[in-house]
Amino acid sequence: MVSAQTWTAGASPARAPAVQELRAILAGVPDPEIPAVSVIDLGIVRAIEAQRVVITPTYTGCPATLAIEQSIRAALDSAGLADVAIETALSPPWSTDWISDEGREKLRAYGIAPPPKGAAAASLKNETQAECPRCGSQNTEEISRFGSTPCKALWRCLACAEPFDRFKCH
Amino acid sequence: MHALATHALRLGDDALILGQRLSEWCGHAPALEIDLSLANIALDCVGQATHFLALAGALEGQGRDADRLAFHRDVMDFTNCLLVEQPNGDFAQTIARQFFFAHYQHLLFERMQAVQDERFAAIAAKAVKETAYHAKLAGEWVIRLGDGTEESRARMERGLDWMWRFTGELFAMDEIDSAAIDAGAGVDKAALHPLWDARIGAVLAEAGLAPPAPHRPVLGGRIGRHSEHLGHLISDMQFLQRAYPGATW
Ligand SMILES: [Zn+2]
Repeated sequence: MVSAQTWTAGASPARAPAVQELRAILAGVPDPEIPAVSVIDLGIVRAIEAQRVVITPTYTGCPATLAIEQSIRAALDSAGLADVAIETALSPPWSTDWISDEGREKLRAYGIAPPPKGAAAASLKNETQAECPRCGSQNTEEISRFGSTPCKALWRCLACAEPFDRFKCH
Repeated sequence: MHALATHALRLGDDALILGQRLSEWCGHAPALEIDLSLANIALDCVGQATHFLALAGALEGQGRDADRLAFHRDVMDFTNCLLVEQPNGDFAQTIARQFFFAHYQHLLFERMQAVQDERFAAIAAKAVKETAYHAKLAGEWVIRLGDGTEESRARMERGLDWMWRFTGELFAMDEIDSAAIDAGAGVDKAALHPLWDARIGAVLAEAGLAPPAPHRPVLGGRIGRHSEHLGHLISDMQFLQRAYPGATW
C-alpha cells in the first residue's frame, strides 16, 4: 500500500481538493466483489468533505469492507490526496435503498437483479418477486437465500431457465 | 473491567464463538444451499463480534483491540453464553442452536437499536436486519426437519432437547446487565423471555413439534465457567496467535 509519505517526495504539496474532484475519484473506485458498480453507485460513501470521506459498511460481515477502504485509500493516494482521511460510520445503517438508480441499471446490465426501491424495510417479511435481469420475466423463484457473496441470493428464471444473482433487500 | 466494557465483551463473545462454530460447517453441510447459508451467517457473526469487541476494548481503555481480545484471552476470560459454544453435533443440533440463539439475538437487537448509548444502538441497528434473516432461515429448517421424515424429526427433537437447557442463560440478568440498563446501553433480557417463547412456540407448532420439557437453566458462561467444549474451540481459533504471537500478514 502507498504510505502517506510517498507522494510528497516528488510532487505536489498537500492540497485541499474540491468535493467534486473527490466524488469523481470515488466514482472510479469499483466494488471489489461487483466491479460493475462503484462505491458511489452502491451508496457506500456517506459524506464527502474537503479533507474527509465517510464510508459505511454494507453488511456487518461483509469481507469486502476492508478491501473497499484500501481501494479508496489507494485511489486517493495516487491522486496525491494522502491527507484526505477515510472514516467509517455505522449509523444510520446502510440499506439497499441507498443504491443509486444508475447503480441499479449497472447491476441489471451486469446480470444481477437489483433490489426494488423502498423494499428494504418490508423485505424481511414479505419478499418481493425478483425480475430476471436477462429476459425481464417476473416468473422467477429463489433457489438459495445466501449466494456467492453475503449481499446476493441465488434465483432462477422460470421463463428463460437462466439462474441469476439477486442483490438482497437489506 | 468496567461494567459497560464487560457488557460489550459479552455481546462480542456470543457472536464470535457462534461464528467460529458455524464456520466449522464450511464445506461440510448437507447441501450447497445450507453450506453457503451457514458460512454467510458465520461471517455476519464475526462482523458483529468485531464491532462489539472493538467497543469493549475502547471502553476498557487498556489499548486492546478486537483482535487482541479475540486471540489473546484464555478460556476463562470468555464471557459468551454456554449455548453458542455447544458442539455442532449433527445438522439438526446445529439448527436447534441457531434457531434458539437467532431468535434471542433478534429480539435483543430490536430493543438495543433504541437504547440511548449511540455506540451500542448503532451496532444493534446494523445487525438487526441480519439476525432477522438468521432467525427466519433457522425456523424454516426446524419446520423442514420436524415435518420431514421420521429420521429427520427424531434428530430435530434430539437437537432441540439438547440445546434447550442452555436457553435460560440467554435471559438471565446480573449486575452487569443492570448497570448496562442504567447506563442506557442495555436491554431487560428477562422481559424478552416470554416474547421469545411465543416466537419459538409458533415455529415449533408449525413443525408439529412439542416444546421441550422445562429444564433448570445451566448457567456460568457469563462469568467464565464454561463447558469443556470451549477450550477446544479456542485452541483451534487461536492456534496461529499462540504459535506465532503477534503474527500479521
Ligand atoms: Zn429470464
